[in-house]
Amino acid sequence: MRPAFRKLSILLSVALLLILSGCSEQYLVLDPKGPIAAAQKDLILITTLICAVIAIPVFAITAVIVWRYRERPNSKASYKPNWEHSTKLETIWWGIPIIAIAILAVITVNYTYKLEPAVAIQSEKEPIEIQVTSLDWKWLFTYPDQGVATVNYFKAPVDTPIRFKLTSDMAMNSFWIPNLGGQLYTMSGMAMTLHLLADEEGQYYGSGANFTGEHFAQMTFTADITSQEEFDAWVSEVKTTERALTETDVEKLKEQGTAEVAQFSSFPDNVFYDIMMQYVEEGEQGAHAGHMPAEANDEASEHHNH
Amino acid sequence: MLDTIKEFASEFFVTGDPMILGAQVSIALALVAIVFVLTFFKKWKWLWTEWLTTVDHKKIGIMYIICSILMLFRGGVDALLMRIQLAAPQVEFLHADHYNAIFTTHGVIMILFMAMPLMFGLFNIVVPLQIGARDVAFPFLNSLSFWLFFAGAMLFNVSFVIGGSPDAGWLAYPPLSELSGSPGLGQDFYIWGIQISGIGSLASGINFVVTILKMRAPGMKLMQMPMFSWSVLSSSITIMFAFPILTVTLFLLFLDRYLGAHFFTVDGGGNPMMYLNLIWMWGHPEVYIVILPAFGIFSEVVATFSKKKIFGYKSMVFALMSISFFSFFTWAHHFFTMGSGANVNAFFAVTTMIIAIPTGVKVFNWLFTMYRGKLSFPTPMLWAVAFIPCFVVGGMTGVMLSVAPADFQFHNSYFLIAHFHQVLIGGVVFGYFAGLYYWWPKMFGFKLHEGLGKWAFWFWNIGFYVCFMPQYALGLMGMTRRFNEYNFDMGWQPLNVVSTVGAFLMGIAFLFQVWQIAHSIRFLKMDKSGDNWGQGRTLEWSIPSPAPHYNFARTPQVVGQDDWWETKQRQERGEADPAHVAAAKTAPLEPIHMPKNSGIPIIMSGFWFLAGFGFVWDWKWMIVLGLGGVIVTMLARSFNYNDDYYVTVEEIERTEAAAAKGAN
Repeated sequence: MRPAFRKLSILLSVALLLILSGCSEQYLVLDPKGPIAAAQKDLILITTLICAVIAIPVFAITAVIVWRYRERPNSKASYKPNWEHSTKLETIWWGIPIIAIAILAVITVNYTYKLEPAVAIQSEKEPIEIQVTSLDWKWLFTYPDQGVATVNYFKAPVDTPIRFKLTSDMAMNSFWIPNLGGQLYTMSGMAMTLHLLADEEGQYYGSGANFTGEHFAQMTFTADITSQEEFDAWVSEVKTTERALTETDVEKLKEQGTAEVAQFSSFPDNVFYDIMMQYVEEGEQGAHAGHMPAEANDEASEHHNH
Repeated sequence: MLDTIKEFASEFFVTGDPMILGAQVSIALALVAIVFVLTFFKKWKWLWTEWLTTVDHKKIGIMYIICSILMLFRGGVDALLMRIQLAAPQVEFLHADHYNAIFTTHGVIMILFMAMPLMFGLFNIVVPLQIGARDVAFPFLNSLSFWLFFAGAMLFNVSFVIGGSPDAGWLAYPPLSELSGSPGLGQDFYIWGIQISGIGSLASGINFVVTILKMRAPGMKLMQMPMFSWSVLSSSITIMFAFPILTVTLFLLFLDRYLGAHFFTVDGGGNPMMYLNLIWMWGHPEVYIVILPAFGIFSEVVATFSKKKIFGYKSMVFALMSISFFSFFTWAHHFFTMGSGANVNAFFAVTTMIIAIPTGVKVFNWLFTMYRGKLSFPTPMLWAVAFIPCFVVGGMTGVMLSVAPADFQFHNSYFLIAHFHQVLIGGVVFGYFAGLYYWWPKMFGFKLHEGLGKWAFWFWNIGFYVCFMPQYALGLMGMTRRFNEYNFDMGWQPLNVVSTVGAFLMGIAFLFQVWQIAHSIRFLKMDKSGDNWGQGRTLEWSIPSPAPHYNFARTPQVVGQDDWWETKQRQERGEADPAHVAAAKTAPLEPIHMPKNSGIPIIMSGFWFLAGFGFVWDWKWMIVLGLGGVIVTMLARSFNYNDDYYVTVEEIERTEAAAAKGAN
């Protein structure tokens, strides 16, 4: 029996390795293209390892016990129907999970602070801000510094921290680019901050991860990471060749329906904050406004008063 | 006139989808068939007096289980439809709207109308027998609980053909579930269906806490109680604290939708995040409510078929109670990605991990119950043994999800879907199946066919892994839950096809179980001896199967843990029972005080259904009629003093003699 178990455990660990090594590019979460996603992948591997260290022996013990103590004629296994307690043994198996969880808790708390999405990423370069609005059922990206806007697609320079400001026109969605790092909810009345960075050029898949109604599945977008030069060239090209996003266009985007990829040379002033604050009444200090990071709060009222 | 009727009907019934039309026709035909059969065989009176008005915990338990199996069928069909839709990219087998409705109802039905009633069914059948009681503490309330559940379940299910299904997800996050996001009636059916059955669940929780604390047979100390009863106690206490939160939350959502309040809206100062917090303050304990009794079942089954005492009794009890305590401090792990900040996320990550500790200890204790035992593997034990590795993996992925920063990558992906199906199927469903097979002979006096049971077991198990292991991988590939379609270029199709195949294997397994039940009834082999497995340990196995309606002819005197097992051991060794036990066994029979059947629970629940239906459509006359009926039936109950009777000694003698004859 023993060699069979050994074979099985080798087989299992190989399978595990195959899946976890991200041998295929299709495993977006395990194929990080930036420091946040890389740290999250490390964390996933560490926790898998800690879990496996406990789980695999448990499988082995289960198999051995079930096999050895099965009822059969002439069984040589001992039978002690009243053996029901052993302080030593029970201390061991209260102890093992406590130690494992303690280790994991320390790692988790550490990473939780390190990977807090609102905290800026250390970099020599100035971060670029992209405002993200989830609408039914499309994504609007606006660049406050560059002045351009896109739908279901955005471009950003490589190796530059991106500060996403997230809000929603109505229903709560979640902004997720698996290759670059974990997601954050988009909510009406709030500007959430998510910092990500891409350290490799490429086109990455992004999606809305929280259900928002009928055509929610169509809310996918492309994150196009290019060199700084290419990005700058793209901005000036969009500015010269594309038309402007008008108030009428915004109203149209707010209507329920899906949308194609689009680019716009400019957008109405404060469109992001107007959408964000559309349901918050003047002077109201509801839970919404209170939840905003202080900086966004100032910005919001500042823009709102224009 | 005809036009008005036409207009009304097109608004009232869900129209336009051939699949739903098919369902409407088959429901109508089934109803006609049921009415015909009952009338033809003159069974109306029998149905009313023996079942619909019963306050007998065993019959109520059986009714719960029948409903839950029907709901398992409905929820399972939903699941298969979803899996067909996802098997190929960019197909429209189901329209987006229909798909959204189906995943919503699948979730609600499986948790609230399948797992919960199956759990209450087992509570009802087993707990009073296991603690040596004649019924639950409040038999009338118990019947009312069942009928409220039934009314709620029917109200929820009827939305599928009348008015329109809810389609905002099983927990209906606002603002999507507010009028602004879901103007249809589905969400109102959701609120009232769950609300009405929720009252029943709360009442059941209270009922079983009182039953266990106050109705144990003389001599049975709390720390000698069978482990299943302990798990019922911990689960019921959790119900008592969790369900009021659900009721309040849904009531606030109802106020938003019905009266235009602003608790969870985005305008008027409302806050949808409040809803997320509240609903998960109920929702997280809820999953422990359904898993704790499964832990209890495994403890009973493993001890019985290892012919050995449960290992580490005190640890097991402590683990149960601490899980039920900690379950109230983990809710925010369902939205680590809401931006609550590192402090909040770190706290809830650690509290979530802590639950893994007592759960892990329980696994070791089950393993060491088997260690140095004599293991036999009839179907209940197969489910228990299959549960261990499955649940260990599910628990481990749960720990992975609890690591807040990593959860940013798992959240709302198929990794999460795979995880909670693994703990809910591998834990809850496997557990309840083990319990159902184990106590089936106690309910009906015959065992289910073992061979077919094994086929079902293997199809379920293989189907489970084939269905859900690929979903972990799909999650890591970036596939998000609730997508009704996906693009070719994502490379998600192969694994989705595998997953669909697995789902159908589980569908086949269900058919095997239906066949198993039919076959076992067709070739009935009654065994009324009581100790059907030959190695029962607890009191329920000391009385005939099925148990007489008064359960115990003489109130048993309990000496210790595993009392029935110890009694048999004494007999084998030729020792005498302790004097007071022997005296109780031979004492002359006395008339037994029992509650009378009552039609009020079913009638009152009917009025609740009317009230709920009225609120959904905003038909004031129906609301008044429904709520008025509820009040009248409450008054009728309050002034009814004729609600008990005595079973005569002759009847007890007759019943006991018949049971003894059946056993030989």
